[in-house]
Amino acid sequence: MSEATSAPPAGTVGSGDRHISGVAIRLDGVTKRYPGQDHPAVDDVTLEIAAGETVMFVGPSGCGKTTLLKMLNRLIEPSSGRIHLGDEDVTDQDADQLRRRIGYVIQAGGLFPHMTVATNIGMVPRMLKWDKQRIAERVDELLDLVGLDPAVYRDRYPRELSGGQQQRVGVARALAADPPVLLMDEPFGAVDPITRQRLQDELLRIQEELGKTIVFVTHDFDEAVKLGDKIVVFDVGARVVQYDTPERILAEPAEDYVADFVGAGATLKQLTLTRVGDVDLMQVTTATVGSDSAQVVAAAQAAGDGFVVVLDRRGRPISWPTVAELARTTTVPDTVDERLPVVGLRSTLNDALDTMLAASQGGVVVTSRRGGLAGVMAVETVMAAIQRTRTEVAG
Amino acid sequence: MWEYVTERADLVAFQAFQHVSLVVQCVLLGSLIGVAVAVLVYRSPKATALANGASAVGLTIPAFALLGVLLTPFGFGITPAVIAVTFYAALPVLRNAVVGLAGVDRSLVESARGIGMSRMRTLLRVELPLAWPVVLAGVRVSTQMVMGIAAIAAYVLGPGLGGFIFSGLSRLGGANAVNSTLTGTIAIVLLALVLDLLLVLAGRLTTSRGIRV
Repeated sequence: MSEATSAPPAGTVGSGDRHISGVAIRLDGVTKRYPGQDHPAVDDVTLEIAAGETVMFVGPSGCGKTTLLKMLNRLIEPSSGRIHLGDEDVTDQDADQLRRRIGYVIQAGGLFPHMTVATNIGMVPRMLKWDKQRIAERVDELLDLVGLDPAVYRDRYPRELSGGQQQRVGVARALAADPPVLLMDEPFGAVDPITRQRLQDELLRIQEELGKTIVFVTHDFDEAVKLGDKIVVFDVGARVVQYDTPERILAEPAEDYVADFVGAGATLKQLTLTRVGDVDLMQVTTATVGSDSAQVVAAAQAAGDGFVVVLDRRGRPISWPTVAELARTTTVPDTVDERLPVVGLRSTLNDALDTMLAASQGGVVVTSRRGGLAGVMAVETVMAAIQRTRTEVAG
Repeated sequence: MWEYVTERADLVAFQAFQHVSLVVQCVLLGSLIGVAVAVLVYRSPKATALANGASAVGLTIPAFALLGVLLTPFGFGITPAVIAVTFYAALPVLRNAVVGLAGVDRSLVESARGIGMSRMRTLLRVELPLAWPVVLAGVRVSTQMVMGIAAIAAYVLGPGLGGFIFSGLSRLGGANAVNSTLTGTIAIVLLALVLDLLLVLAGRLTTSRGIRV
């Protein structure tokens, strides 16, 4: 069922024909009524989600967006209406079998505390009766994918991980049996802003690689703009108020309701539409750990750079000492600057600005998909972008 | 008193073994019953309240009274002793199992169901293992309590160390009466401590490192 539809991914940044392993989802008049309530929690929703797209459900709390999400994997049974996955009507399928084909991620990962990371991730493959060898290989592969070293994390228990790491394992577990669809219920709600931004970047990278169909519930409109190919804005009863790309929702909110929801600072919200990879980055002098400081200092002075980005042996940035600091050493030190502000190419200008403010720095180091250095962005670049949008709005 | 014990070493050892054997078997059976009932009731607040009420009332029934009642249908011997001891053993386990199962984070249960685990698998792989430390605490309470209750079972001619206590009490003032009673009592206390230690050890071995405190 992984080769079902081939609708082009609308509104995606990056390469045009990327690999898609997701399937389309079609909701047809889906309704949920709870006994003793006058109005249905979800009222006759008809919605189509294209294969390989990331669709964000946003709306006020109690609007039914989470209920709708949970009806997709039938954690909540719809009162009426049909749900299709690809060409299949799954409304009456065995719910347990169905859920093994749909990845599910909740806040804080929902990891089982009494099982190791490997056991948690291997849960669905084990139910699908994969052999041990295959499960073990898959676990390592997935830990790699979500950026955790398998040798270090495989045998740890969830409580030995940070919130962000738990969330990564949660995503790995959801992807374990390579499901075409991923449902995410406010997954990044419980982590701090900087970790959340990193997790969002990771998700964008993973999604670029895998091309799943992702349905993502959030109450954070910035998150929706950053991650979504499309956004669905819901009102009470899961009424679809607007279903469109982030650009168009920001530019032309369908109703006052949407405009209110998007918020008054909508001109600055355009910052969430511009990716770090879309602006010109500065190239700076780099140095590998252990190389001769004097040579590096000379190279930096020749290039007119005030600082140098130090890379570890795998090419990942670890610190950015000033030329004066570096001149005091003989070889380039391998100290890792924990406060080094880093963003990815798919991060938004908003993230970059946040990261700079959090680190009290006038710039950020930008990394490419695999963690290597892509360049450096200065705060002036963000300011210029703000100026530009403001003039555009004014004009 | 030491003389009293050494002279009857074989009998004391035999009765101690009988006593522990009765307690261990009844605690096992009672724990199974307690957990099974807890699994049946913990999802429903009404059934939970009923079970908790029943276990509270059950614990107030004097052991003597229960044994007396059981005498009528079953006569003297091992059957009424086993029934009574199992009954008391099940109650603390039931109570703790309900608390333990109700204490499992609902989001974990939802997450288990969400990745396609059936009701049964969720119960066996997620809920019971997470409730296990609390259940085990109930088993420890049970074991301590029924060590004493098993002594009373000697009243209906059940096996165990209670025999020493009752024969001592019935001959109070006679030769070795106090020695007999003390032997039974001290042996029960010592065995209870040993059993508790073993249960603590079993807890360490059977609780996942991920949830051990």
